[in-house]
Amino acid sequence: MNARAPLLVSIILSSLLSASISSGQVSFERILGADKEPENWLTYSGTTLSQRHSLLNQITPANVKNLELQWIYQARSLEKFEATPLVVDGIMYTVQAPNDVIALDAATGRIFWTYSHHPEHGRPCCGRVNRGLAILHDILFMGTLDAHLIAIDAKSGHPLWETTVASARSAYTITHAPLVIKDKVIVGTAGGEFGIRGFLAAYDTRTGKEVWRFNTIPGPGEPGHETWGGDSWKTGGGSLWMTGSYDPVLNLTYWGVGNPSPDWNGDDRPGDNLYSDSVIALDADTGKLKWYYQFSPHDEFDYDAVQVPVLADMEWQGRPRKVILWANRNGFFYVLDRATGQFLLAKPFVEVTWASGFDEKGRPALVPGKIPSAEGTLISPGNPGGTSWYSPSYSPRTGLFYIPAWVNSSSMFVKAAVEYREGRNYAGGTTRSTIPFNWSPAPNFRKEEEGYGAVRAVDPHTGEMKWEFKMADVTEAGILTTASDLLFSGGREGYFFALDARTGELLWKAAVGAAVQSGPMTYSVNGKQYVAVNAGTCLFVFGLRQ
Amino acid sequence: MRAVKLCTSVLAAFLAINTLSARQQTATPSEVGDGQQLFIANCAVCHGPDGDSVPGVDLGHGKFKRASSYDNLVEVIRDGVPGTGMPAFSKDLSDLEMRTIVAYFRFMAATAYSTSAPGDPVRGKAIFEGKVECLNCHRVKDKGSRFGPELTEIGAVRRMIELERSLLEPNAEILLQNRLIRLVTRDGVTITGRLLNQDTFTVQLIDSKERLHSLQKSSLKEYAFLDKSPMPTYRDKLNPRELADLVSYLVSLKGIGGQ
Repeated sequence: MNARAPLLVSIILSSLLSASISSGQVSFERILGADKEPENWLTYSGTTLSQRHSLLNQITPANVKNLELQWIYQARSLEKFEATPLVVDGIMYTVQAPNDVIALDAATGRIFWTYSHHPEHGRPCCGRVNRGLAILHDILFMGTLDAHLIAIDAKSGHPLWETTVASARSAYTITHAPLVIKDKVIVGTAGGEFGIRGFLAAYDTRTGKEVWRFNTIPGPGEPGHETWGGDSWKTGGGSLWMTGSYDPVLNLTYWGVGNPSPDWNGDDRPGDNLYSDSVIALDADTGKLKWYYQFSPHDEFDYDAVQVPVLADMEWQGRPRKVILWANRNGFFYVLDRATGQFLLAKPFVEVTWASGFDEKGRPALVPGKIPSAEGTLISPGNPGGTSWYSPSYSPRTGLFYIPAWVNSSSMFVKAAVEYREGRNYAGGTTRSTIPFNWSPAPNFRKEEEGYGAVRAVDPHTGEMKWEFKMADVTEAGILTTASDLLFSGGREGYFFALDARTGELLWKAAVGAAVQSGPMTYSVNGKQYVAVNAGTCLFVFGLRQ
Repeated sequence: MRAVKLCTSVLAAFLAINTLSARQQTATPSEVGDGQQLFIANCAVCHGPDGDSVPGVDLGHGKFKRASSYDNLVEVIRDGVPGTGMPAFSKDLSDLEMRTIVAYFRFMAATAYSTSAPGDPVRGKAIFEGKVECLNCHRVKDKGSRFGPELTEIGAVRRMIELERSLLEPNAEILLQNRLIRLVTRDGVTITGRLLNQDTFTVQLIDSKERLHSLQKSSLKEYAFLDKSPMPTYRDKLNPRELADLVSYLVSLKGIGGQ
């Protein structure tokens, strides 16, 4: 939309917005058609396809240099600020870690209300964080650090119901944004460093009652149980750290599953350890498994499939195909058929030393000796991975898949015996990484060959890198692309920037003063486009100078 | 402040310990590194960064009051010592973590003693400020140059064997925070200094005249790390007694409240 939109258009838009606000209803049809109302951001990754690609185009490569700060929200929390906000008809909803829901005027940052949940327990491995909310009609849904699911009235901030999803005393937790499908809200449990047995469950959005459950670590009688030796399935991990995706035509929901427990010692869990480190495709109505693909069978590197499943429709070898694009923590970029799970392509997007290739079904060929050992074994990518939970993006316009990557990163993987005790660390060893992850910003003394961060643009048809934007330090920032071929991202060193999505050229940057540890998003209010991102403990909102 | 000091200590000692541990067989590099972190997080508050702050106990030299062996030490950590300030860590640390701390103690003891005879820190100070002219590059409290690594608390963050090695083989190990960098601007000006920070677009350093620089990388035509330390070796410049005296002085430097 042109920045000088005629007054009449603004008036019409305003009246439409007013109407929407008064109705206050975010139907599931609106969520499915979220790309048709790009002024809003109705689900974690923008749409249920999770491309984190917006059709807004007011901010362009030509005018992005005129971006300036519009407002800041300073969180009353010192935890990492990882949430992606939702925006519905001019109102923004976000989560201040660990579990405070905030409703703000998306144009000014002024607060309407705050709802606070104080988790009594909750011991996640990697920060007391929350990545966001889901909405349906006028109800917001939040998973909590102590593994509850709470429904909150979107206008008043009052809780409507609260369900205990799992036991926080056993180190179950929820950090991702829930996913609404039809009349259900879906959340999964995390805690793989503490020997949980993970599951994904759907709850009735009106009552909070569980409708179906899928165990990511199958029990006796469930398919895949045979891939666990002895009783190891009882403490097998299989976390859900990130929000899944949904294909309404196939009625399948896709989720990435985390590492098996213990992380770095697989001696007591012989077998492939399904469905750890897998993408699972479930019938959205029943939770029944349609297919799975395991990226890292019998993983001993903590290579969680902790990524957002990105769904795309593209020409594949001469015919249209519905695919999933996936840059995995294990260093490979994958393309799968999302109707069948068929393995189509895998190619490293960073250095990989643990696997040398794949068979035709997509099973990786392990490199002999590249396993954790008592003395320590050097393996790439390192424990932080070639990427991790940071949202990638796919632009249907450029046809490129964009990955927040850790380059030249490796770790010594050390294996040790470990005994399960409820709620206690159950990692089975340790790692020593060339670049630590999950650190606060610190002076950077490294040379490029000792590790750096990058936005890497990959052609999904070949897995070839088309360009990269290098950063001196690594990145824990997600990526947003827009219909004007802009790419927004950031990094640990505290810049938020815009690139040309076709070439990787730097077009604009802002020093935000702390690590960007969230996925950027965009929305518009009264015809003005905004771009929002968290850095440090603040939410920054940018718009064009007027 | 204490926390800052300990963090510095961890950072400074980390690479040295990893390097040294490769020479001994009692613990893996990762065990030593993890053990050190656990030690700093859980033990150093009372026992001090060198493990010798509690009278009668010197964890880094295998000297304990209650434990008769390293195996026994795990039990002491787990159960604590009733009636003393030593708490039970059974709820805070796993068995693996406790064993990792003990592995670090083993490493500390195995590398605790220098080959040099203990020296005289008073004579060492005279050598430091006189013959060797350390203050030309280093600073102790309010004396000396800020260009090289600050030494005011070097005795709290580095061990005797590491200090001796730095004097004899200054290039054997250069900590990340002591890296030098050489920049040439597009105007042809060369700046060499100790790297303080860098990011995608800028670089910060301190030069030999103690000037702080912050430059845009776009203004530079050369940007190179210097892999060799400007510090000379003192292998042939100090006799064993002088070396021992100098090391003893460095070990005595424990911070602004110390000597």
